[in-house]
Order: sequence, then C-alpha cells, then structure tokens
Amino acid sequence: MGITFRKETFRDDFTFRNSPEHIRRFPFPFHEDSYMYAVNIEPHVVGPKGSVLENLIDVDEHYVAEMQDRALVLAEDPLRCQSLPHMTLAGWDLLELLMEQQALGYPEHFTLARDGDRWRWINRPLGIDDTFTFGDVSTLPYGPMEYITRQSQGDFCILDQRDGNLWMDAGMVTTQADWSLDFDIGMNFFEWHAPVPLAHEKGIFTRALKFLTNIQQGKPARRLNWTMTINPRLDTSPENYHKWGPDRTTVTPENVGEKVHLRVELQSFWRLPRSNGIVFPIRCYLIKMDELVTQPKWARRLHRVIRDLPEELANYKGLTRYRPTLVEWLSKLDDGSPTSPGFGPD
Amino acid sequence: MAAKSIISRPVYGTLSPQPGKHHLFVADAEGALAISDLAAKAPAGFFRDAHIIFIPGRDGKHVAALEALNPVQFHQGPSFASALPRLKQTLANAHMGLRLYLAGTEGLIGQAMQAALEAGIDHTSIQTEHRGSLARRVQCVHCKGITENVTTQPATCSHCGLLLLVRDHYSRRLAAFQGVCINAEDRSEIPPTEEIFR
Repeated sequence: MGITFRKETFRDDFTFRNSPEHIRRFPFPFHEDSYMYAVNIEPHVVGPKGSVLENLIDVDEHYVAEMQDRALVLAEDPLRCQSLPHMTLAGWDLLELLMEQQALGYPEHFTLARDGDRWRWINRPLGIDDTFTFGDVSTLPYGPMEYITRQSQGDFCILDQRDGNLWMDAGMVTTQADWSLDFDIGMNFFEWHAPVPLAHEKGIFTRALKFLTNIQQGKPARRLNWTMTINPRLDTSPENYHKWGPDRTTVTPENVGEKVHLRVELQSFWRLPRSNGIVFPIRCYLIKMDELVTQPKWARRLHRVIRDLPEELANYKGLTRYRPTLVEWLSKLDDGSPTSPGFGPD
Repeated sequence: MAAKSIISRPVYGTLSPQPGKHHLFVADAEGALAISDLAAKAPAGFFRDAHIIFIPGRDGKHVAALEALNPVQFHQGPSFASALPRLKQTLANAHMGLRLYLAGTEGLIGQAMQAALEAGIDHTSIQTEHRGSLARRVQCVHCKGITENVTTQPATCSHCGLLLLVRDHYSRRLAAFQGVCINAEDRSEIPPTEEIFR
C-alpha cells in the first residue's frame, strides 16, 4: 500500500497540510504545561506503530514535496550543502545509514541491493535507480552526503570528533531554524551554540557534549527541540531572513490558525562506523494551529507554554511580535482543566 | 581590549616568546608595539630566526623600531591583501618548529589566522595580541559580502545595503563577525546608529 505522497508547497502559495493521520502522529514536544531547556536526550529506539518513531529514519507524506523544496533551495544557494575535505568518508557512512534505514522501513518505496562494493539504489517516489561503487565518488552524480541527503527528509550535520570536542565539518542544511551552515562550518560544539541564550550558564552544552562524544555505534540517541514559524516555510534560513522576516508582521486574530505553525525538530545522534564521526539529523515537522488544536489537550497545553515562556526565550525563538495575538487566540481553547501527563493527544 | 561576550568570539592574549626554530610575526599598526614588548622579554638572538611581516597602515609608524630588532627577514606591506601571497608562501614552505605570532587589529589577526588554518596550523598554537582599533570585519549573512572596518552598530552592508546587526558570533574560517539584517521584519524600524567598535 505505502505512503500517499502529497503534492504541496512550502513557499509562495503554501499549500502544505497534514492529513488527519499525520496530525495524530505529530511529535508534540511538551510533556508538561511549561517549558525550559533541559538535556532531554534519550535512546533513539523504535516507538509505537503509527508514530514518527515507528522507524528510526521517518519518511512521511511530505517526503516528495520536501525533496523538491530542497532542490529549489540548493539551486539558489549551493552553500547550504558543504563538506570539508576530510569528511568524505563520513559522507559514505551517512549514505549507507540512510539507504539501509529507508529500505528497511519502507521496502515498497526504497530498495538497496549490494554485491560487494557494487550497490544498486532504487528510490521509487523520486524515480531514481542508480548503480554505483561504494567508496568511489566518481560513480555518483554528487558527493555521497549530498547525493543521499537530496533524498532524505530533514537537515543533516556531520560532526568530526577530535580533541574531546565535536566539529561541524559537513552538512546539508536547507530547512533550518535560523542558523547558517556556511557561517558555522568548521566550528566546535561550544562555538556554534554560542548565540543560544541561558543554556551555557546552565551547563547544558558541557553535559550534552559529554553525552554525545560517548555515543556508541548502533545506539543512537534523540531529543526534541521546537520553535514557531509563520507560514509552513521550511527555508527559514538567516540567509533569507530579510525575505521571510516580514511574515511575522502578518499575524492577525483572524489568521492565527492558518498562519502560525509549531515547528518541531526531532534531532537524533548516530555514531558513524568508518569515520567515527557523529551524524546529527535534524528532522523538521510543521503543524498549523488549526490542525494542532483539533487535539484539545495540545491546545490547552500550548496556550500555557507560550503564555509563560521566559522573555529571553521568546525573543530568541522570534515569537515576540505575534505572541500576544497567539496567546489570546489559544486562550479561548483553554478552559483551565488539567492536562494528562505525557506528549500524546488524549 | 574587547568586553567579555559569547564563546565563539575570539579571545586574545599577550605575545610571549615560544620555544621554536622559526618565529613568524604578522602585525599591523599598533601591533608593532606588541612585538616590541615581546622583544624586551625574549632571549638574546631570538630574532635571528624571526620573519616579520608588517602592515604599518596610514600612520606609517613603528617601521624603524621593528627593523631595529634585526629579524632575518623583514617585510613592509602596503595592505594585508598585498602581503597575503608572501604569508601563504611562507606558511606553505614552513617546517615543524615554526611559531606564529599575530598582533594588531582583529581584522589582521583573523585574516592571518585564516591563512594559517588553511596551511594546517592549529589555532590554539597561535599567539595573538589585540592592539589598536576595535573595528570589525563583518560578513553579511544575506549577500555574503564582507565589509571591512565596521565601527558602528548597526552597520550598513557595503554590498547589498541592508542594515545589519553586528553580532559577536565569529567564524575563524571566514575571519569575520556575522551581520544579520536588524529590521528584516519591518524595514521602517530604523534603530539609532552608535559608534561602538572604535
């Protein structure tokens, strides 16, 4: 049967929607009625059927449209995909991981056949059928990281591990929440997180780095992060901030439900076998307020979280301008009754 | 010295003589004074293995003081860009035991360090000392153009003309601070301009 891929856009006319099944499986990031940073890392193990964790690399109804949007971004700005010269081996590691995981989870859509170093990769949704030699860059139309991440949802950062630190030395970043790979490439873990407020003082990054440098092969980890985006726009890069920034002034009480989106990142962390690098997929899920509030528990909880968010965090996440309008709109859906523990809808 | 800020912002020290076979100095303007101060602490004969690349800038001062140190090689360049090929060749031909010392403006230190990183030198092994202007080298995140000698906050991108917030976020690879449009959401909001990086 397989997934029915939606025809939709993340720019211009913004036809992106979630189907009712996809609303139910949305990775709502708040397990309680308030939010503060924490090192919320847990083992990345398979979760319930029908959830975004059913497979460790999730493919969903937005796959084809997201890959088309990525191709548009790269045509406009090729620097969204960069790999420092020592990172090619890690790129092959990533290609193997993503081909294996996608073929394992979705055999009706993806097939990987291996005969020694001779590999055949069939990607039916995108109409790709390529045979290549694993480890030989000349047999692929792009470098290995770019090749496979043009066929995989989410951004990907590949981190080199040396000197007790992690270095952002390669990545495919087209759906980012306002950070620039082109600026941050080559930085270590503390440097590229430097602009994040509050978390350094809380020792978050020291603890997170310790955890990440100890990740073992075959034992990936994950965490959720979140922000909000006006219109279902994947490319909210700093490069294009002067183009999408004005969207934040367009929120009115009448259009909150359609325009304001919760943006959740499912971040996972995997040790790569040959390079000893870490790959850090940042998978972005969008849901518009109209869709989110079809689950009454989520509506009540989101109201309380946004209302009580510390000012610094609201500023950093870019919510300040439209927060009052959003809180007012959500308040009408919050009768004050308690919410059940945990992330899921009731 | 610059005020304390975020972790990606470079931290500069004070030049001091390091054990090594060769000593390569790159400095501009008042950076020469950092070399003179180092010389006062250096063992006899230290500059026999030294190469100084100096960009005096508009004032044209300090040349005689550096020449008086009798380095085995001394080069006076009219600008960093014109001295860069010489620096790159020196780094490309360098052997183990070369020590690198950078002194002067942040733009000079950053760009010389960029050349050193490309030559495979670890940034933590490089001695740096900030002297003189606090003017910043800024990359516009939108058009990627570099604007030199930025002294104001906000600053206008000299390429695309957007009004930029000059962040403390710094890239060694680009040798630049990041500039992000300060009024992207509403262009009619024009914050006052202050001269803060003098």
